[in-house]
Amino acid sequence: MTNLLYQVSKYLIIILMAFYTLQSYTVFRKKDDESRQYLFLRQNMLMFFIHFVGYALIYLQLGEFEVILFYGAQVLYFVLTLVLFRIFYPLASRLLVNNMCMLLCIGFIMIGRLDYDECRKQFVIAVAATVIAFLIPVIIRKLRFITKMYYIYTLLGIGMLGLVAVAARTTYGAKLSISIGGFTFQPSEFVKIIYVFAIAGLLTHARDFRRLAVATALAAAHVLILVVSKDLGSAVIFFMTYLVMLFIATKNPFYTLAGLLAGGAGGVGAYFLFSHVRVRVQAWQDPFADYQQTGYQTAQALFSIAAGGWFGTGLFQGSPTAIPIVEQDMMFAAIAEELGSVFGICLILVCMSCFIMFINIGMQLTNRYYRLVAVGLGTTYGVQVFLTIGGTIKLIPLTGVTLPLVSYGGSSVLSTIIMFSIVQGLYMLRNDEEVSREEKEAARIAEERRQLYGPYGYPPQNTGYYGPNGTAPQNTGYYGPNGTAPQNTGYYGPNGTAPQNASYYGPGDTFGTTQQHTKKDSAKSRSSFFGRKKKKKT
Amino acid sequence: MNTKRPSRHRKKESENDQKIPVKVREVHFDPETEPEDKKGRNTALGIITYTFVFLFMMMIGYLVYLNVWKADSLNSNAYNTKQDANEDKYIRGSIYSSDGQTLAYTNVDDDGTETRIYPYSNVFAHVIGYSSNGKSGLESTSNSDLMTSHTSVLTQLREESEDGKQLGDSVYTTLNTTLQQTAYDALGSYNGAVIAMEPDTGKILAMVSKPDFDPNAIEEIWEQVVNDSSSSVLLNRATQGLYPPGSTFKILTTLAYIRENPTTYSNFTFECEGTYEESGASIHCYNNKTHGTVDLKNAFAKSCNTAYASIGLGLDTGSLAEVCEEFLFNDSLPTSLQHSSSSFSLSSSASYGEIMQTAIGQGETLVTPLHMALITATVANGGIMMRPYLVDYIEASDGTLVSKNSASKYKRLMTTEEASVLNEYMEETVISGTATSLGWYDFTVAGKTGSAEYGTDSNGGTHSWFVGYSSSDDVDLVVVVIAEDGGAGSDTAVPVASQVFQAYYNYVAE
Repeated sequence: MTNLLYQVSKYLIIILMAFYTLQSYTVFRKKDDESRQYLFLRQNMLMFFIHFVGYALIYLQLGEFEVILFYGAQVLYFVLTLVLFRIFYPLASRLLVNNMCMLLCIGFIMIGRLDYDECRKQFVIAVAATVIAFLIPVIIRKLRFITKMYYIYTLLGIGMLGLVAVAARTTYGAKLSISIGGFTFQPSEFVKIIYVFAIAGLLTHARDFRRLAVATALAAAHVLILVVSKDLGSAVIFFMTYLVMLFIATKNPFYTLAGLLAGGAGGVGAYFLFSHVRVRVQAWQDPFADYQQTGYQTAQALFSIAAGGWFGTGLFQGSPTAIPIVEQDMMFAAIAEELGSVFGICLILVCMSCFIMFINIGMQLTNRYYRLVAVGLGTTYGVQVFLTIGGTIKLIPLTGVTLPLVSYGGSSVLSTIIMFSIVQGLYMLRNDEEVSREEKEAARIAEERRQLYGPYGYPPQNTGYYGPNGTAPQNTGYYGPNGTAPQNTGYYGPNGTAPQNASYYGPGDTFGTTQQHTKKDSAKSRSSFFGRKKKKKT
Repeated sequence: MNTKRPSRHRKKESENDQKIPVKVREVHFDPETEPEDKKGRNTALGIITYTFVFLFMMMIGYLVYLNVWKADSLNSNAYNTKQDANEDKYIRGSIYSSDGQTLAYTNVDDDGTETRIYPYSNVFAHVIGYSSNGKSGLESTSNSDLMTSHTSVLTQLREESEDGKQLGDSVYTTLNTTLQQTAYDALGSYNGAVIAMEPDTGKILAMVSKPDFDPNAIEEIWEQVVNDSSSSVLLNRATQGLYPPGSTFKILTTLAYIRENPTTYSNFTFECEGTYEESGASIHCYNNKTHGTVDLKNAFAKSCNTAYASIGLGLDTGSLAEVCEEFLFNDSLPTSLQHSSSSFSLSSSASYGEIMQTAIGQGETLVTPLHMALITATVANGGIMMRPYLVDYIEASDGTLVSKNSASKYKRLMTTEEASVLNEYMEETVISGTATSLGWYDFTVAGKTGSAEYGTDSNGGTHSWFVGYSSSDDVDLVVVVIAEDGGAGSDTAVPVASQVFQAYYNYVAE
């Protein structure tokens, strides 16, 4: 009887997942806000349904009461994440939040099935990461000076990677992780984010070839250290991210092509220089040539995918644990085996939906720095998904990186959740940007006026004027060091209302609402929670 | 952002501002913001997006490819132990011959010990294979069928509730025990292979490979056979053995010549003196025999090497390679059976010697017996190659038909005219050529012999080939024989084929 249950449930999960995936894309076509909100809610229902079916099967298999409690805790976590994000950040991209929860949910089910204890660890880290994630959009929006510290990021990134290369212990042939106080973590996961911030800063200010060369050299330093540490997956991610960011920053296809050629040459060089690269490539070309040793992992993954077929064997009905390090590197094969390749295709599409959302947000940002950050983070995500799934299905050589949010791995989950919330922060930031650009314009004119009238004793008059309020000196000090605009919305154009920019709200998300409001409304609603600074109006 | 704005702001801040002449600023480029094109889109970002969408689609495409084209061979891969996980659920299914004999079955003792038994022991060793110490043959390619059950849901529920193991599905093969036994005995102590197949369906009726082994004792003999690399006992020579084709290759050389001279090929004449020299390279007829004046048909039937050497030299560069590639050299054959790829290479800068050697089937060319069987079957079948297959149908233990294979066409590889010319030449081989000993039966045989020399003179030998087919009313059976170190084709391979043909007609008559 239970066998039948496993068989029925697998089709149910596939159908639910297919609907979810479809909605991740149809949302782009929904014009009015209400139907969008309704769609997001339906996505949540589908996720909870899949989660329920998955954990019901896990409970049936393990038969321990604790599973029910654990399931309850997970439901609570998802509900809180979804609801609190909605309350604190009503302007966040709900699609991105939904997808993040969905990917975590798939991860919880599969890790729970593969190794229940690891799933508990994963859950704790996800909760901690989400708490941090709640603060990040505030940090992004409030602490603008973080955009200035790119040289520090560069040093920090190279330093951390260097430390790993020197001090880390070797796991599966690569130097990846560092142990501190009983916690093992993988610094490259975090350096990935710092690196994007660093490169974004370097490229934003690279106006001549010399600075571009410096930026390239610093990026190359990251990549080289990773190659030396034998962390090939991260090396490829860092390299591709740099190329994409370079392309976006310079719009020069020749730099990018030159970079690709250099990367190709480097790859060929690495093939001949490093035996571990050769081994990976040979295992990819023919995993059965050295089946017992180097080809084993890929061969087992292929067997898993083939055994699962389109609809999978059903949860607990396959043998994905035959694949070495399945819950980290080969999560996709385990999913394909037990939940089916149709589910796998849906999963790829959900990941693609996240990537498109990342780039979409980058497209809407007009600030070069933030745009580069959004695109850079999107690229690290996209490349990582491609490397892990592509490697698992033998489309490309296996590099051993995790499937973000789905694979087991504390550092990976933590850094990916942070990455998602940074992008959320940027998403909300682009609303501020519109205002700040106008303010900057005003500030510049004010500054010129000061220069113009300075010799005539205008400033004292000014001071005298501002004196009672005590705001003027603050104003000057505020513009100076961090270069951001004064928080003054005094200028609203000739009509006195904010310009309505349709493309600005993009094909995307909850922001569509604001089309019906004026800018002032949205500014007001934002200031209610974690809002911008109180306007300095006199 | 290009903006032209009047400085109309901070009204309250300063009345003095009102006196300032309005300053119109034109901002050409703000380093902090990103210029966009007229449509407000960013081309660079678009390129990146599409590139990544393409990468994601590639993953989906490859996953589809794996499921559609690779899943079967992965599931039946010899290394795949996924089905072994089913061992506590299923008893391995049986394998049957087309004449109703059991070729492999699993015996379950009272204490539950399972033993795989092969009643014909060595006779079907390679084609059926073994299922412990890895898997080979049909035990490997049909593993997933043998280790799953397609009985009705009710049966499964009942068996599950009884907590018993279910019997896996049965595989019914196209193999015929009489033919297989005859071929096995006929090849005798020679190493080599025999294949018998129906050219119009692709059904393989017999497949023998020697040296052989007893699959019942695979575990005991494993160490010995694996360590003995010289004779490679476990290799199925019928599908994986690579041999120089010798004169059997002249079928393809002839085809290339006919294609190049479609109207004049019958006018071909050659004066055979037993030896042919060109630019220092020389070719001899087998045993330096002199054939005198021959036309194309006689050159073929008598297997005149010197005539074919001159044909080879006369062919356009690449035309022989073209025919070979069409006939799947350097490529895999259209079958799920594990097999090696035959190889053919003749570069445009090849010497006269190399060209002549290649034209008579020596040179660098290597071919599997299965491949020669398919080429012969293509001639027999009027130019159409059928996909060869071993599994007729799969049946669940309660008699439910799970799946059935049927004859399927691979491709037309030559015209019916070309096929009938080759047929005529191959019949002539039996009438007046190198295989006259096959001309005494009440069925007609068409064929080609081969005496494939390998190695150097001091450390080499001659493999004995026969490829051909018999017909009574229409075409019935293709037989391919290779006997390693069997000497001339007519000496060893032809008598083996003769026995297989006779056994076939005796069996049909019964």
